Amino acid sequence: MSSQVLDHSAAHPANPNFQHQFEDLNQQYASTTFGMWVFLVQEILFFGALFCAYAIYRATYPEAYAAASHHLDVTLGTFNTVVLIGSSLTMALAVRCAQLGRNKGVLGYLFTTFMLGNVFLGVKVVEYSDKFKHHLVPGANFYMGGPYNEQAQIYFSMYFAMTGMHALHMIIGAGLLIFFMWKAYNNTYSTEYYGPIEIMGLYWHFVDIVWIFLFPMLYLIA
Amino acid sequence: MSSAVNTLPMPENVGESYLTKGKGVMSWLLTKDHKRIALLYLLSITFMSLLGGFFAALIRLELITPGGDLLSAESYNKTFTMHGVIMVFFILIPATPAVLGNFLMPIMIGARDLALPRINLLSWYIYVLGAAFTLFSMLSGGVDTGWTFYTPYSSTYANSAVITAALGAFISGFSSILTGLNFIVTVHKMRAPGMTWFRLPLFVWAHYATALVQILGTPVVAMTILLVALERLFGFSFFNPNTGGDPILFQHMFWFYSHPAVYIMILPAMGVISELVTCFSRKKVFGYSFIAMSSVSIAVIGFIIWGHHMYVSGQSVYAGMVFSILTFIVAIPSAVKVFNWTATLYKGSISYDAPMLYAFGFFGLFLIGGLTGLFCANVAVDLHIHDTYFIVAHFHYIMVGGAIMGYLGGLHFWWPKITGRTYPELAGRISAIFVFLGFNLTFFPQFLLGYLGMPRRYHAYPEEFQILNMMSSAGASVLAIGYTLPMIYFVWSLFAGPKASANPWGAKGLEWTIPSPPPLENFTEIPIVTEEAYAYAPEEAEEHEVKHHV
Repeated sequence: MSSQVLDHSAAHPANPNFQHQFEDLNQQYASTTFGMWVFLVQEILFFGALFCAYAIYRATYPEAYAAASHHLDVTLGTFNTVVLIGSSLTMALAVRCAQLGRNKGVLGYLFTTFMLGNVFLGVKVVEYSDKFKHHLVPGANFYMGGPYNEQAQIYFSMYFAMTGMHALHMIIGAGLLIFFMWKAYNNTYSTEYYGPIEIMGLYWHFVDIVWIFLFPMLYLIA
Repeated sequence: MSSAVNTLPMPENVGESYLTKGKGVMSWLLTKDHKRIALLYLLSITFMSLLGGFFAALIRLELITPGGDLLSAESYNKTFTMHGVIMVFFILIPATPAVLGNFLMPIMIGARDLALPRINLLSWYIYVLGAAFTLFSMLSGGVDTGWTFYTPYSSTYANSAVITAALGAFISGFSSILTGLNFIVTVHKMRAPGMTWFRLPLFVWAHYATALVQILGTPVVAMTILLVALERLFGFSFFNPNTGGDPILFQHMFWFYSHPAVYIMILPAMGVISELVTCFSRKKVFGYSFIAMSSVSIAVIGFIIWGHHMYVSGQSVYAGMVFSILTFIVAIPSAVKVFNWTATLYKGSISYDAPMLYAFGFFGLFLIGGLTGLFCANVAVDLHIHDTYFIVAHFHYIMVGGAIMGYLGGLHFWWPKITGRTYPELAGRISAIFVFLGFNLTFFPQFLLGYLGMPRRYHAYPEEFQILNMMSSAGASVLAIGYTLPMIYFVWSLFAGPKASANPWGAKGLEWTIPSPPPLENFTEIPIVTEEAYAYAPEEAEEHEVKHHV
């Protein structure tokens, strides 16, 4: 019996990253990548609930949304959009490097992605603190003035929930980037094993796409 | 503790079994083996069910008398809320998928493990964290909003530990999502050679459909609960009428998940029943593809009928009519299942072992629960019975009578496979009968009470309702005996139960081709599947018959 077990493990690929439950690395790659796609479906519904609430209230209070939207800084928003699209580019380049087994390239591009992500979050901090200063955070101290003072609270609640949830995903993504930088530093990736970087890429691009929707919906309504 | 049985010479598979390979607490807490994770879930779910049962007992004790003698109105509110939160989020939703599904799904499709074992372990830790939050809310004063957390009560007015209880439900949702994700990936990518989609056991189809609901529904309620928490904690406005927010929106978003959640509870149980009915009638299942597709269509239609919870909440009459029609439609795939199981029984060689008694119990209770669901789906009738005990009885017939009967039947059926030990058959049959009778005695009077107009969620009631309420409470104690018995003899069987063979029921399916309990990676060699599911031959049926009567 035990010799059979040995045979069974000997049939497995030698790659140290191979997991025992799979038949080969191809199945491992296909399963884990598919797992991330399913996870992203889940994410779409997670954000979908927010988008749904956003749409319902925007249809109900279009003037309040437009008035409140003027209090956002379009310049900073545009800058952040460019930063985030840039980070998606470097992420894609990191995936390419991983597929070619160039660990140094992976490390470099992941680091750039990480820095761009931090720039985005830094700008977000500036924007948030600006809202605090101008009493635009919903709650007892909220004051926007004008005829839509009450309903604008809904807009800003949506603003903080949506961008906050997006920023939380960015922070988690940044943590994952550090982990994968460490893995790349240890020469983990090769032409036969690069799946995790691709999966990281899927996640990062998804978070990017969410922002692509958030930016016009929150900043560009007039 | 070790009896003579334990020191007997072992069959050759011993030492390799997943139970004995790896010793000590850490080998369990850090395990990535789907079978051990299933047992971790079994233990924690059993623990939570004792708590949920305790609150149920308090409710039934209070309702023996018309006056509010035992519990004040406030503590009664907290009692039924904790009963609901624990039973829904920590027992009914995870029970069958996380215990039986986790254990059996990879074996049934011929895989060594789920596709993502670390995610599987993570899901258990998330479950425990969610349970810890809920227990903390219980100890820090309890919650009185009802398990539905309706706004603006939950967000503004309730003076109880809403945040921690809601976060407990939020966190446990991610455990459910990860289980569903793992099942979807596993069914797509881990099937053994020859295990085509239409050779999958119906148990796997049911879990696949369940996983779809878990993936597509749970994130929505998670976000909704998070918005309530933001509103309560920071004074944000999402559902607050003072700033123009709409509390009804909360109900829409809540029921968008929480209605399909009923199918997370019942679909896996239906999968169990398909296995039981075929095995104990020794017949190929009638209309395999219809049963498989009915699971998927229940999952899909289940997403567009949530509004039937809101007929009296202020949604338009037109919307109510649409939701009513759609709700009637979901009865069709459910009926397909029941008819096909009945047709499977026809001319079968039926044996009445404990798992099959649970399956028969399921038929009866699910039938009553399903048919009364049609009463509730009718807008005109629902106006009369809404928020009465009729609704309480209806959903207990589905969620307890259906889901828990399936879970217990499955637990009996696969117990020899899971533990390698046989439970005492007579005790199993007795417990099945106790559960069935106790359940009906508990909940049938509640249909009558509801129809007569007794509302839910009050700790006192008019005196003319006392007889029916006493019947219900008496039934609850019979039911409690029925639920306690398996706990006793299952534990007993672990130490003193006779050793089980690889296939004690003579059943079909890959899980019965490997030793009981299974070895660590299930199969020493991945099997090649060459036949359809449930290929019970008529000759075998006769042989089994002979064996049974000798």
